[in-house]
Amino acid sequence: MKLDVVSENAILVELGDAICESLIPRMVAVEHAIEQALGEVLVDLIPSYTTLLCVYDLNKVDYQWMLKALTKVLDQIESQPALSAEGKRVEIPVWYDPEVGYDLERLADQKNLSIEVLINKHSGKDYQVFALGFSPGFAFLGRVDESIAAPRHSSPRSAVAPGSVGIADFQTAIYPIESPGGWNIVGRSPQRMFDPDRGDHQAALLQVGDRVRFKPIERSTFVELGGHLE
Amino acid sequence: MSNLQVIKPGWQSTIQDGGRRGYFRDGLSEGGAMDEHAYHWANTLLENDLDSACIEILMGQFEAVFDADTTIAITGADLDARINGREVKHWSTHPVKAGDRIAFKQPRNGLRAYLAVAGGWQTPVRFGSRSVVMRERLGGLDGGPLRAEDRLSYLPNLNAPRRCVAPNYIPDYQAELTLKVVPGYQYRDFSNASRLRFTTSEYRVSNRIDRMGYKLEGPAVSTEQSGVISEGIALGAIQIPQDGNPIVLMRDRQTIGGYPKIGCVTSLDCSRLSQRGPGAVVSFEFSDIATVQADRQIFDRFFRASSRSPSGQPLN
Repeated sequence: MKLDVVSENAILVELGDAICESLIPRMVAVEHAIEQALGEVLVDLIPSYTTLLCVYDLNKVDYQWMLKALTKVLDQIESQPALSAEGKRVEIPVWYDPEVGYDLERLADQKNLSIEVLINKHSGKDYQVFALGFSPGFAFLGRVDESIAAPRHSSPRSAVAPGSVGIADFQTAIYPIESPGGWNIVGRSPQRMFDPDRGDHQAALLQVGDRVRFKPIERSTFVELGGHLE
Repeated sequence: MSNLQVIKPGWQSTIQDGGRRGYFRDGLSEGGAMDEHAYHWANTLLENDLDSACIEILMGQFEAVFDADTTIAITGADLDARINGREVKHWSTHPVKAGDRIAFKQPRNGLRAYLAVAGGWQTPVRFGSRSVVMRERLGGLDGGPLRAEDRLSYLPNLNAPRRCVAPNYIPDYQAELTLKVVPGYQYRDFSNASRLRFTTSEYRVSNRIDRMGYKLEGPAVSTEQSGVISEGIALGAIQIPQDGNPIVLMRDRQTIGGYPKIGCVTSLDCSRLSQRGPGAVVSFEFSDIATVQADRQIFDRFFRASSRSPSGQPLN
């Protein structure tokens, strides 16, 4: 693990140099350890793929104190190579259909797969949450099966409906709010990914380290669960 | 509760406070006042809590009417502020009466003015802050900039002080600006020639500037890296996209991103940059982390001390 001063009040912890599902539980353990030891001086932590950005209050401690304190926490973690933390497992219902999955038919054609096989591949495995960002509650999930991985559209759509489920390269995600986007949309979920009514710290459904499995549903279930149709 | 009724919302007038923290990991942007110096002065003059919400008025065209007596403070850019049509002193408090009309006409020096009211503007707190982040539809009255006929509540307060900022604390937003930069770890990926070009060249503020970021134009800074694995982004991060023109990331930046970064502009210099408009010339200099932290600590201590024993000078 490596520490780098990146700004007047932030230090980046690097845990690896390649995106890897097995790194995430380790990263979440490091996140918890840092929070437990240094919560008093932390402003926020941003876990993302291979790094943790630690933002701290420079009126409480300076960078030297912070580097020393982080080194101590990381040394303790390194002496426990088995330590890792599992997040929660979340099942997310998805209605896979060309009516809402604008790219479903094209992607299946392109990949020489039937729509049914494509759906089975997308919903047939657990995904790891690598990072949150882009918009509140937007979780980057991976890895998708290589046979259905596809690059982003070269020119993004100006508006992708909330709940849309997309694939970009080795990742998949659910759009929490209507936003522009270039991902290949294969279906839509009625699940609200970001809901302030759930309370400040529960608003984002997913956190880094959680595991996600998609569950195919019918149109009627989608509507029943409050799914968003145009 | 008393209200300020918006007549003309202007180019972009938003409720801003110290910003939203503790939710970066959920993907929520920081938000908050772009110019912390002017923002802190506005609250300090009124003896408000330092984190009270102000209206950040971009470039003027703003007009509103008070429906009860109170005291306000105006700081930041000189946008030709007027009360009932009469020009008023900037960097100062002003008593206002029910029916008084405040207007910010047009920019004369700087881009963003701060309008504070005694006790702060009373909008709902969302995720620990009143700040508007438009992209997230959060903060303010409805997640957006102010609109005509919006009503902003304030607490009736007749005992606010009358004070102004001493001239030596008032910046000239047209002065030359050198931005202090803490070199980041990706600094190593930039060639010596690129780093030299970065610190010896002048850059112009482009017209692609907003609360998320400031795109600058000038001699291209190149890196062999086209991207890094997305990682958390600190305030002031200087991203270098393919075209080599630096982008300084500001208060409404996204929480993670994957462009290479040559370093991070200090928070105090981000405030100064936020008052520069298209065409303004800026340059960069590398600084060391100890100096930069000391600068910010002095700044914070000054305003914390001021909120205990009021600063600014009495108005004659």
